[in-house]
Amino acid sequence: MIEAVKQAINSFSSPVTIFSASLAMFALFVLFPRQITSPWCTVPILLLVLAFFAVGLTDEHFVKIVTAPDNVPIVAMIFIAGYFTWYAMRKACLNDARLERGEPTFEKTETDEKVLVFPYLIYIEFVVALVYAIGLVLWSILLKAPLEEPANPTVAPNPSKAPWYFLGLQEMLVYFDPWIAGVLFPTLIIIGLCAIPYIDRDPQPAGFYCYKQRRPMVIVFLFGYWILWILLILVGTFLRGPNWNFFGPFEVWDVHKVVPLVNVNLSDFIFIKGLGWGLPKQWFLREAPGILLCLLYFMVPTTVAAKTWLKKLVEKLGPVRYSVLMILLLSMLALPIKMYLRWAFNLKYIVAIPEFFFNI
Amino acid sequence: MPEAPKPKFDLKKFITEGQLWKSIFRHGYTTSDRDRALTVLTNVFFHLHPVKVRKSGARFGFTWCAGGLSFFVFLTLVVSGILLMFYYRPTVEYAYNDIMALRDHVPFGIMRELHRWGAHAMIITVWIHMFRVFMTGSYKPPREFNWVIGVILLVLTMLLSFTGYLLPWDQLAMWAITVGSNMARATPFLGHEGPGAAMLAIGDIQLVHAASDVRFALLGGRFVGAGALLRFYILHCVAIPTAVVILMAVHFWRIRKDGGISGPL
Repeated sequence: MIEAVKQAINSFSSPVTIFSASLAMFALFVLFPRQITSPWCTVPILLLVLAFFAVGLTDEHFVKIVTAPDNVPIVAMIFIAGYFTWYAMRKACLNDARLERGEPTFEKTETDEKVLVFPYLIYIEFVVALVYAIGLVLWSILLKAPLEEPANPTVAPNPSKAPWYFLGLQEMLVYFDPWIAGVLFPTLIIIGLCAIPYIDRDPQPAGFYCYKQRRPMVIVFLFGYWILWILLILVGTFLRGPNWNFFGPFEVWDVHKVVPLVNVNLSDFIFIKGLGWGLPKQWFLREAPGILLCLLYFMVPTTVAAKTWLKKLVEKLGPVRYSVLMILLLSMLALPIKMYLRWAFNLKYIVAIPEFFFNI
Repeated sequence: MPEAPKPKFDLKKFITEGQLWKSIFRHGYTTSDRDRALTVLTNVFFHLHPVKVRKSGARFGFTWCAGGLSFFVFLTLVVSGILLMFYYRPTVEYAYNDIMALRDHVPFGIMRELHRWGAHAMIITVWIHMFRVFMTGSYKPPREFNWVIGVILLVLTMLLSFTGYLLPWDQLAMWAITVGSNMARATPFLGHEGPGAAMLAIGDIQLVHAASDVRFALLGGRFVGAGALLRFYILHCVAIPTAVVILMAVHFWRIRKDGGISGPL
């Protein structure tokens, strides 16, 4: 019975199914936050996750990966980040309901009242620090820090993985070249995070949990936080084995797994399959369609939206802020788009100029 | 004439009203508002806080105490890190053996565990803190610059953890850093396999090559070797913590200058 469940989960698992299922769950969460964060929904979901781990713990291979000392914090993080996401959304929905009834938010009822920091705040900080300190000591006693063989530059482990918090970036390497996955995207993430308060400047819905009034911002942030960062870390850590091949959660990491994969560039699609001419010799002719496509990708949605359904936003933000916002948003969306293009058409590069190490 | 009764010797008063005690503790410890306010005002650590805060902001349910906890985790990492520095030499000959010695020669030793798990914990608490600040909209004006400092601190936290990852000098460490730093090869213009780097040439002489690019600067060599170990050790123990401490000071100071823990208008 359990074997059958594990088999079913394994055969269902692939990058595309896991990513799509996560996207669907994310969509449900942001569309119906009030229903999903209610106890009627939360408790069954929690039980389901716990059941998954319970089934997993009967599996030798699953246990080996999940309890690898450096992977334990990731498992902890799933529950911690999940809990706080639930908590913030729950509070936001309760506050939204209060506002709808014309009542002040929970925070508003207490904002004019002031309390002495000592003892009221310092007491909380002390208890939190104490609980953390006890937890850390227990964690350190129960779980030894890993120490493998001495460093040997001639023997590369397979798979070689970066520290877990960078595995989302390493997972992006499947879909993009290092200059994008390892340099451009991290830079854009940092710039994008810094840009948030300069784009979302409305001082009003601040200082309390709420969702309705800030829906677009919260959806974009949660999408980046959960789908593009945490989900990719989970895939990169738990589901990528030797040769960075994909393995189901209960699949043994077989070094000899063969994955037939012929990735094709956009120029091949157009000049060989489509037109039947063969590839042009000059790179700028060969890659002209791809470069054009990339330019259109950034320019068309930006201008069309500015003229139609985002008109008000452009007026509010002004041209500079609006352009920065759109470049950041479209770059963010480029990752899932490229992922789906890869899964659907085995598309390797949209622009491929290996002459200059410039591949998109 | 009746003699005035001699005052009884009171040890408590003798201590708490003596010069020594008064020089350390400036005020009483009663539950009066005055003493409670003075507790915060006259203590260098407590006075990072204001004397009073909004009741909504003093709730664990509002802040999750994630920022304060991140700071506390950082302090525990400083303490355990200093203790580890006594026993660790950042050279290829000694690094791995020193870590082995910590494991094998110290009965019930958990200093390395405290440091490693603390590092993981700090990454999580910092992420949670950022999440909370976003979800309460606390980055909005006038707090926008403090959010930017927070983002830089987040990046530095991950770099601290990344540089520390190499120091045990085992296979896990070496190859994680190899994979991570290989990305720097592809930095546009600055990495020797990055787009545009080939254009930076004078005649036939390449300016950016494997021994002059940004990865070489990071590793102090073409590969993760002795140079990288020393550089990462110094970055991990001196350079990045210094930057973090300075930015944290600004971060905390600005919380107060920008109006304290955010609350609804």
